[in-house]
Amino acid sequence: MAEQRAGTATGDGLSAKERMKIDRVRMPEQDATARSGNFAEVNQGLDEERARLEAQRCLRCKNPPCVNGCPVSVRIPEFVSAIADGDFQRAAEVMRVDNALPATTGRVCPQEVQCEGSCLRGKKGDPVAIGWLERFIADWAAEHMPPESPPQTCTGFHVAVVGSGPGGLTAAGELARMGHKVHIYEALHDTGGVLRYGIPEFRLPKAIVDREVENLRNLGVEVECDVVVGRTLTVDQIAVDYDAVFVANGAGLPMFLGVPGENLKGVYSANEYLTRVNLMGAWKGETDGTPIARGETVVVFGGGNVAMDSVRTARRLGAEHAICAYRRTRAEMPARVEEIHHAEEEGIEFHFLVAPLEILGDDHRWVRGVKLQKMELGEPDASGRRRPVPIEGSEYVQECDIVVVALGTVANPLLTEATPELQLNKWKNIVVDDRQATTMEGVFAGGDIVRGGATVILAMGDGKTAAHSIDEYLRDKTPKGPPTC
Amino acid sequence: MFPVVSNEEIAPQLHRMVIAAPRIARARKPGQFVIVRATAGAERIPLTIADYDSDAGTITLIIQCVGVATQRICAVPAGGELRDVAGPLGQPTEIEDWGRVVCVGGGAGTAVLFPLAKALAEAGNDLTTIIGGRTDEYVILKDELSAISTRVLITTEDGSLGERGFVTLPLKRILDDPAQKPAAVYAVGPVPMMKAIAELTRPYAVKTIVSLNPIMVDGTGMCGGCRVTVGGEVKFACVDGPEFDGHEVDFDELSERQKMYQELDEHGCRLDKQVADLAAAEKKD
Ligand SMILES: Cc1cc2nc3c(=O)[nH]c(=O)nc-3n(C[C@H](O)[C@H](O)[C@H](O)COP(=O)(O)OP(=O)(O)OC[C@H]3O[C@@H](n4cnc5c(N)ncnc54)[C@H](O)[C@@H]3O)c2cc1C
Ligand SMILES: Cc1cc2nc3c(=O)[nH]c(=O)nc-3n(C[C@H](O)[C@H](O)[C@H](O)COP(=O)(O)OP(=O)(O)OC[C@H]3O[C@@H](n4cnc5c(N)ncnc54)[C@H](O)[C@@H]3O)c2cc1C
Ligand code: SF4
Ligand code: SF4
Ligand code: FES
Repeated sequence: MAEQRAGTATGDGLSAKERMKIDRVRMPEQDATARSGNFAEVNQGLDEERARLEAQRCLRCKNPPCVNGCPVSVRIPEFVSAIADGDFQRAAEVMRVDNALPATTGRVCPQEVQCEGSCLRGKKGDPVAIGWLERFIADWAAEHMPPESPPQTCTGFHVAVVGSGPGGLTAAGELARMGHKVHIYEALHDTGGVLRYGIPEFRLPKAIVDREVENLRNLGVEVECDVVVGRTLTVDQIAVDYDAVFVANGAGLPMFLGVPGENLKGVYSANEYLTRVNLMGAWKGETDGTPIARGETVVVFGGGNVAMDSVRTARRLGAEHAICAYRRTRAEMPARVEEIHHAEEEGIEFHFLVAPLEILGDDHRWVRGVKLQKMELGEPDASGRRRPVPIEGSEYVQECDIVVVALGTVANPLLTEATPELQLNKWKNIVVDDRQATTMEGVFAGGDIVRGGATVILAMGDGKTAAHSIDEYLRDKTPKGPPTC
Repeated sequence: MFPVVSNEEIAPQLHRMVIAAPRIARARKPGQFVIVRATAGAERIPLTIADYDSDAGTITLIIQCVGVATQRICAVPAGGELRDVAGPLGQPTEIEDWGRVVCVGGGAGTAVLFPLAKALAEAGNDLTTIIGGRTDEYVILKDELSAISTRVLITTEDGSLGERGFVTLPLKRILDDPAQKPAAVYAVGPVPMMKAIAELTRPYAVKTIVSLNPIMVDGTGMCGGCRVTVGGEVKFACVDGPEFDGHEVDFDELSERQKMYQELDEHGCRLDKQVADLAAAEKKD
């Protein structure tokens, strides 16, 4: 440790060998026992010293593989070396060019399969903690840099954005900076999409979402909630009033198991469970607010981020036994590695290689348990993962009070059914070209409604691409309405 | 923010509120509802669009104050504002000219029934309306319904207005009379009432449409909290309904699911009491 401190002082002049000697920093965390009883953020963030030390680990590769691993090609060596130099302002400026929501992505990107997964240092030992550095610089910028000032130009064009998830927010920001007047329509009573109603406070504080939305308002973006596009207004109506439309309404329809007992009291979809807790604030336990059923034993089905968020939420709501039941093994879990690790520390119990056969109820139709069957891994399936096969005669009953089904989501048809001009694929996702343009003139789309369940950074990437395509599309048009800026 | 234009109590604990919501007034169709929150922090609850005026840009809600969320809404006076009103949601009623139809409303369900009855009358149906309430005070919208119905029959549990008994009494007489037998029945009210009506019409093979009122959160198909079983299939009432074929609905499941949070409260109280008892016992020792 003393050696490493000495390294900090020499700053940028380190040799590759010296850089290789520095170990990956540790993220300060809330104590596992304490945090399983509260909703405050788990990761506490790096301080300046730790951030600079970690940044020094980066080898500044000539053809940096990490950049290829990032879906939006953040200039990683550039921003990381600026941190190492202590030039945080420059780091923030570099970041802003490629990534509109670094405070969010730094916290929720699956770095281990993206930037960090490709980092050269990961070939031998730990990769550079790119995500933590990204978060560091975003939080630093929020605290130290003045709010972005409204754009100087005004093109006179009006663009509507449907949905205020990461896709919509990113597109809105890009378009506003180009001088277009942007209006966001959001169906729920609050902004952020999954960032607010899905991902819990302990992973992504809602103050960050508020900050991003506030920043958009500074840029002149209008945000209107309680507008369900397809119902309150149709895309056709919007397309008459606006010069272009970007649709990013997400993939919000929950999937269920399709086993008997799924409509018993105490069975939730992860969407409902997390929405009640995150969007509606049920965790605060206020008597006049939205209720949530708490239980001694909660079983969550699934192995992705949504399952991890649900089971860790159950723990925080007081479950003695918060159980994650997954068909495959830990190695196949699609959740972020950091979340699985945090869940284990918090005392989450994992039942691997099990599948639900039935949810059992009591006389009052409340959940009392789940009937599970053990599985073993067989031949690889189309996805290349070994397929779980049931073991005959291995059924057993796990008692529980609450069941949460976290199997993922499919496209919500509310908007698309009301917009027959939009071409859909067989999963009811909107078809777009490489410019994010749909089959409807002037209408672009991106994020989960195009990709099916994807990631925050991919939705943001789509938002950015769409903003540039829209800008290009508008170039030879004349604004439909009078300019309002 | 959605301005409240007027708010009057039309029956005990039952309010008629007119809300300025121009886009919803323009887009709504009979059978659709809105999700409302009186203030930040309040629960999101579904309420049927009972009436509308697209020129004035207003919708009418008729709200029975049964719990916290409805009380908060009803407490907002004319000139005040509701924080959120989102919609219109749900599938519109399939309005057909059936010839002869009977519409049955129970309690606040009569408010949900009203826009359907109006649309059915406009489509040329010969409309018999049956409204029921506990006492005469709870019989709502009788003048409004009389104006659009061929006839209106009223029942009260204590006989204070109309026939004494339940809405099923006059309905059975109508079903038994070949000269009056309807092609369809629309029934909206408490779950036990809708169930009783569906059971009553089943042997007569008269198409029976009910409007279900499960607990909802988003109202857009996102949470699945509103799921109901219809014809053995799971449906989301907020996007597939709220109206369904009454002969196919699992009413027992619906009524159990509606009780979920009520029972949770009781359960919570029981636990609190146990803890208190334990503490008291320890003190004694
Ligand atoms: C619990 C959970 C945890 C996750 N964890 C991670 C993670 O750790 N890392 C990661 O990268 N990804 C994660 N994801 C996935 C990621 O959140 C999504 O891929 C991403 O949010 C998609 O962004 P989007 O903008 O396309 O849509 P969304 O975030 O879904 O936003 C869509 C918005 O549109 C609104 N809307 C919907 N319909 C309409 C309509 N008709 N009219 C107007 N508005 C409408 C919605 O209310 C919502 O606000 C997680 C997802 C969930 C559910
Ligand atoms: C599609 C749809 C349309 C609706 N339209 C209307 C409407 O136009 N007018 C209206 O007054 N209500 C309507 N409701 C019912 C209304 O949403 C509920 O009464 C409301 O959610 C209760 O909220 P609360 O917080 O005030 O009461 P809670 O505290 O949730 O409940 C208080 C008590 O009322 C009971 N309760 C719950 N729901 C109902 C119900 N539907 N009917 C009777 N008792 C109930 C509960 O079991 C509990 O005992 C509709 C429901 C749906 C699903
Ligand atoms: S956006 Fe995500 S993948 Fe790209 S560098 Fe940042 S954390 Fe890594
Ligand atoms: S691959 Fe790793 S070491 Fe190389 S530039 Fe990227 S972060 Fe730095
Ligand atoms: S209320 Fe959420 S899906 Fe119907």
